[in-house]
Amino acid sequence: MNTNTNIPNIPKEDFEFVGTDSYLHDKKLETKPIGYFRDAFNRFVRNKSSVAAAIIIMILVLYAIFVPMLCQTSYSRALTDTMYQQYSKLPPKMKLLAWAGVDGTSKVTINSNTYEAYRAKYVETGMNPIVKVYKANYEDPKAASENARYYDIKVDNYYNMGMMELTLTPDQYKDLQAYQSETGLQIIYPSVKTQSKDKNANIWYKVDTRGNPVLDEDGNFINDYRIASVNDKSYDSLRIASDTDPEQPYAYARVTGTSEVPSYIVRVSKYNYFIYRYGFEPSFNFGTTGNGFDIFTRLAAAARFSFLLAICVSAVNLTIGTIYGSVQGYYGGWVDMIMDRICDVLGGIPFSVVTVLFQLHLSKQVGVIGALIFAFVLTGWLGMAARVRMQFYRFKGQEYVLAARTLGASDKRVMFKHIFPNSLGTIITGVVLVIPGVIFSESSLTYLGIVNLESSTMTSVGTMLANARSFFTSYPYIIFFPCLFIALLEISFNLFGNGLRDAFNPSLRGVE
Amino acid sequence: MDDAKRANTTFRDYLRKAADWYRHAYRLRYTIKRVLLMLMVFFIIISICFILIKLLPSKPAEQFGKDKNMVEMRRKALGYDKPLAVQYLIFIQKSLLGGDWGMSEVRYLGSNVWDVFMEKMPATVMVNVYTMLFAVPLGLLLGIYAALKKNKWQDHVISTGVMVFVSVPSYVYAFLVQYFLCYKLQLFDFQIKSGRDFLSWSMFVSMIPAIISLGFGTIAGLARYTRAELTEVLTSEYLLLARTKGLSRSQTTVRHALRNSMVPIFPMILGEFIGIIGGSIIIEQIFGVPGVGALYIESITSTPPDYNMFLLLSAFYTIIGLASGIVVDLSYGFVDPRIRMGSTK
Repeated sequence: MNTNTNIPNIPKEDFEFVGTDSYLHDKKLETKPIGYFRDAFNRFVRNKSSVAAAIIIMILVLYAIFVPMLCQTSYSRALTDTMYQQYSKLPPKMKLLAWAGVDGTSKVTINSNTYEAYRAKYVETGMNPIVKVYKANYEDPKAASENARYYDIKVDNYYNMGMMELTLTPDQYKDLQAYQSETGLQIIYPSVKTQSKDKNANIWYKVDTRGNPVLDEDGNFINDYRIASVNDKSYDSLRIASDTDPEQPYAYARVTGTSEVPSYIVRVSKYNYFIYRYGFEPSFNFGTTGNGFDIFTRLAAAARFSFLLAICVSAVNLTIGTIYGSVQGYYGGWVDMIMDRICDVLGGIPFSVVTVLFQLHLSKQVGVIGALIFAFVLTGWLGMAARVRMQFYRFKGQEYVLAARTLGASDKRVMFKHIFPNSLGTIITGVVLVIPGVIFSESSLTYLGIVNLESSTMTSVGTMLANARSFFTSYPYIIFFPCLFIALLEISFNLFGNGLRDAFNPSLRGVE
Repeated sequence: MDDAKRANTTFRDYLRKAADWYRHAYRLRYTIKRVLLMLMVFFIIISICFILIKLLPSKPAEQFGKDKNMVEMRRKALGYDKPLAVQYLIFIQKSLLGGDWGMSEVRYLGSNVWDVFMEKMPATVMVNVYTMLFAVPLGLLLGIYAALKKNKWQDHVISTGVMVFVSVPSYVYAFLVQYFLCYKLQLFDFQIKSGRDFLSWSMFVSMIPAIISLGFGTIAGLARYTRAELTEVLTSEYLLLARTKGLSRSQTTVRHALRNSMVPIFPMILGEFIGIIGGSIIIEQIFGVPGVGALYIESITSTPPDYNMFLLLSAFYTIIGLASGIVVDLSYGFVDPRIRMGSTK
């Protein structure tokens, strides 16, 4: 051990550098280095269900981003249009999925009166609402009326919209006529002599007192159109096929108002009027709501709002929760205790109470959405803070922290440069799991009407559900798409979050 | 002299015993500490709620319109004329300590808020008790079965179902139940029947859709938790030891694994039992259950909001949340003697 320890005064010239001509270095790694995130990513990819969930989330996000931007039609943009009511409750119709039955048809059982009315629509306009008759003219033993006859048919709900009455100014009337002449599309149909009791614009034929059609010997409908005077030049456009007698032309409008400012009440085909007004044939991918809103674009707008809200809330929660949790976990002791009591108090307030109080106090100043975000933020960061605090307790006693502190790093530096990156995995998982929670709470609150976000330009999934609920037995598709959206979203976010957690922290796998 | 000495020693013995008892009664001490803490938290929360509500303009008074005198009288009757601090003191004395939460101002005009609240309680409790009665055993059984068949197809089916039912919001099942059971098959009515015979059979039948919709979430949550706990216990070493000693598989599962896995599960069930009094607002609304949840929604969506009712229900939901937390924490110690809550050792 004690060789060469006592040699005095070695001359400087005897010192010599070793190996000046070669470099000494570590052996180069032959494989690629795998960092923390790379490792987590590799583990994540192996989890098939989480990857599938991630893809579904991607699709939903793309739907929420791009549909409101690209798929808006002149119909879904005309938001304060009262015409909406006329096109309500239409079923989904998609060109791509027409083979699967998504073609705007539905199977119904109707009585013979209704069947005749459907047939009359076909005779007048040539658009046949009856696609297929499954079972014709049978007696239903369960029905209340004994001599009633029933039909099981497949009905095209788009062609079945029939007629409506519109009151037009002279200019609008002229414009409509010009469009008709130009395209050859019959929009205006002759007006009817007798007004039926319930002002049904579809009844263009003679009916008896009970509302049943009066047929001639061949079983055809007898028309009940008004006859205009030959001198009337206000209508100069397409005439329907049966309007052949030049001496007795049909009247295509009822004129009311003063002679200076006349207004024309016309019977128009809803289907063709839609083409005239909005420039495309009525066809709604997801159908329309009870108010006539296009579900496809409306739901996308709702989804976009939900995502934006969730991302805003989780970003704010992340910031507050991280700072709060770090301070709590890092300093510990009485600081931790006091801050924990604050958390106790905040955590004890039921969320619905917070929301209501914020709505009552703040919705005038910052708006309904602002108040909602405040409510989410007030208690939302508690979970994140608890998570971060736990991570800090875990890491703060470790050697590298001690080393950093010995080297003179400030508290702030130790907290955010050394400890925080280590707890990043847990935090990312936390953020991902916050998002479905926020969307769920938001939809519940709007469903219950505690928060009301409904307006002509905006809606939320919860409001769509609440509005669809009153007629969801007859029109289940109105409630189906919002339900499907929220169910898919919640499932895939939970799967995705679990996958992330397993990837970042393999030791937790299987612990739910 | 002797007597005095003896008396002295016995007294000292008592003291020592008391001290000993006190030292060992960590569970009681811990309980008391937690309850006091809970009351403090509750007090702070309800004070904040009270002040925030009283800061709002008094809508019930303003409905008298232009008649200044009437508005003034009404404000006086509602206690708005006094300073906030005085109102607060009156609130503590009358409501928190005296149990008088005032009159309803809107929907149940003139009736005592507490009476209306108690009248709504049975419906909520019954629906939730029925739910727990069928959901808890079913959830446990599914969880146990999945754990025993771990990584076989049965487990995969159950786990997938659990994942779906845990994630999907309860109102979605409620719609499905209403659509298929009530509308397509016409087995039940859409809403529960009116009347106050909450224990009768016909009432139970009309509650079934609500019970099913509420139960899905509980079953799924419990099954998931049970499966996770039980699989962990089943792979532990003492179970291997039990098997090597000659116990059969079913004996080890029932006597060792199940009992140990119940340690975290039982508190969870207990917490849910307390939570049931709170009920589910959204399910009550969908199925028309005349319960506390519906009352809560009514009190805030009516115009003007029913402040007294809202305050009482806020206090109720707050205390339910706090109490279930405490009961869960404390029950760990009772279920498993090894866990010493609040013990310094």
